[in-house]
Amino acid sequence: MLEIRDLVVGYGEITALHGISLDIPRGRIVTLIGANGAGKSSTLRAISGLVKARSGSIVFEGENVTRLPAHKIVGRGLAQSPEGRMVFSNLTVLENLRMGAHLRRDKAGISADLDHVFALFPRLKERLQQAAGTLSGGEQQMLAIGRALMSRPKCLLLDEPSLGIAPLLVRSIFDRIVQINQELGLTILLVEQNANLALKISHSGYVLETGRVILEGEAAILRNDPGVRAAYLGEA
Amino acid sequence: MDWGNFAQQLVNGLSLGAIYALIALGYTMVYGVLRFINFAHGDVFMIGAFAGLYINRWLKPFFTGLPEALSTAVVLLLSMGACACLGVLIEKLAYKPLRNRSRLTVLITAIGVSLFLSYSAQLIFGAAPKGFPNLFNSTTHDLPGGASATTEQFVVLGVTVLLLAALRWIVLGTRMGLAMRALSNNPAAASLMGVNTDAVISFTFALGSALAAAAGIFFAMLYQAIDPFMGILPGIKAFVAAVLGGIGSLPGAALGGVLIGLIETLVVGYSQDIGIPSGYRDAVAFVLLILILLFKPAGLLGKSEREKV
Repeated sequence: MLEIRDLVVGYGEITALHGISLDIPRGRIVTLIGANGAGKSSTLRAISGLVKARSGSIVFEGENVTRLPAHKIVGRGLAQSPEGRMVFSNLTVLENLRMGAHLRRDKAGISADLDHVFALFPRLKERLQQAAGTLSGGEQQMLAIGRALMSRPKCLLLDEPSLGIAPLLVRSIFDRIVQINQELGLTILLVEQNANLALKISHSGYVLETGRVILEGEAAILRNDPGVRAAYLGEA
Repeated sequence: MDWGNFAQQLVNGLSLGAIYALIALGYTMVYGVLRFINFAHGDVFMIGAFAGLYINRWLKPFFTGLPEALSTAVVLLLSMGACACLGVLIEKLAYKPLRNRSRLTVLITAIGVSLFLSYSAQLIFGAAPKGFPNLFNSTTHDLPGGASATTEQFVVLGVTVLLLAALRWIVLGTRMGLAMRALSNNPAAASLMGVNTDAVISFTFALGSALAAAAGIFFAMLYQAIDPFMGILPGIKAFVAAVLGGIGSLPGAALGGVLIGLIETLVVGYSQDIGIPSGYRDAVAFVLLILILLFKPAGLLGKSEREKV
């Protein structure tokens, strides 16, 4: 569904991605793991058009979206819940969710999707009129994911959904991610530092190191790879 | 205490304040989406007044038999439309190419645009002040307490309230307004939602410039003379008003404008009692600016904002 070939991304003098290739098949959860600075977020930023690729291609459902501006990507069915959540802090929870549906005009569909999001994250419904900046970290993460869902995407890009969130909430958010994949049938590209958790819920994964893919394969195989276990799963 | 005189000063101060408020809203909206002060905004105000003058002159033959309220509204709306186009054009030609440059570059460009507009207006319209015609029959109305107000003052206050209500509806109640607020809060997240940043910025300039045009016509109605440099002082005072209210805050800009108008008028009206010569009227706003920056830099209704790293 999403094919990335030889993607090179850089900021000024620094090259963040040295030509990576990824395949995200329809209906799967694919995870991207790696240390800080490995290029995980740069990959998602490039897919969403927030940074321009220097070379390489990003093809989504047969369409080359490499050069599309950021605001056009979401209309193609690729939504992102970005790193650091980036909720609109001085808008209410409801306004944030409405922003997720910015490009849609189907009122009935939007309100049906609002109900979906509330079913996934009942906490958001209780906070509807509250400014998003006053939510806890976990609630902001729910909002960021819910907001991305409001565009009714085909593929969801999740950047570090566990970052800075209480461990108990992390579990529940990861359960919701599985639910989104299974019940709504969304393809998910998940970027995580918590490799253990990410590999548990994913079908396959890629290990990134300093802007290159050093390992790829089925999640179960990666979890048992001695190199991965040593470097990312905290085992000696 | 002469309450009649005080009431009179309030009426005068409110109508001047309404004008500052309309200009200040443009500063604060553009700051909201682009984080820079559009110093050419005062010149859009000036062009608005000239647009009113010429549109009224050209359409005069068609106005015979029309009610004055209607012809005035036509002049006002067409001038607002013309300035909305001008604002969009300024942004596209001067600011958009600098979108990824430092804000200082854009700020200095804005000063350049301001000078360009003033001197172009001087070239086209001449340096001598031009009389601004009465758009409608004006009389003086007695108010309770011994004060009085002209029809112009009523029109300025009434239409300003209408424009503020319309603006409030656009910003809080429409899809475009929501996108404006989202963009102002987090531009990257807004584009992830599919917000076309350039379109929202154009819309913001159009909106702010249309309000400035209305302010220009109101100013011309009250003072009945316009010239190419009339935008400089009201422009800077409205900027002070936006800072006083809290830059980026729309209610703040409206409140700041009204306060600056009132304070300026009261200082002049009571100059002998408080010992400040009335010639210092233009200094009042700047003294206020220094005081705000010293004691409440976020402004009256503004929220202090941490720069994101």
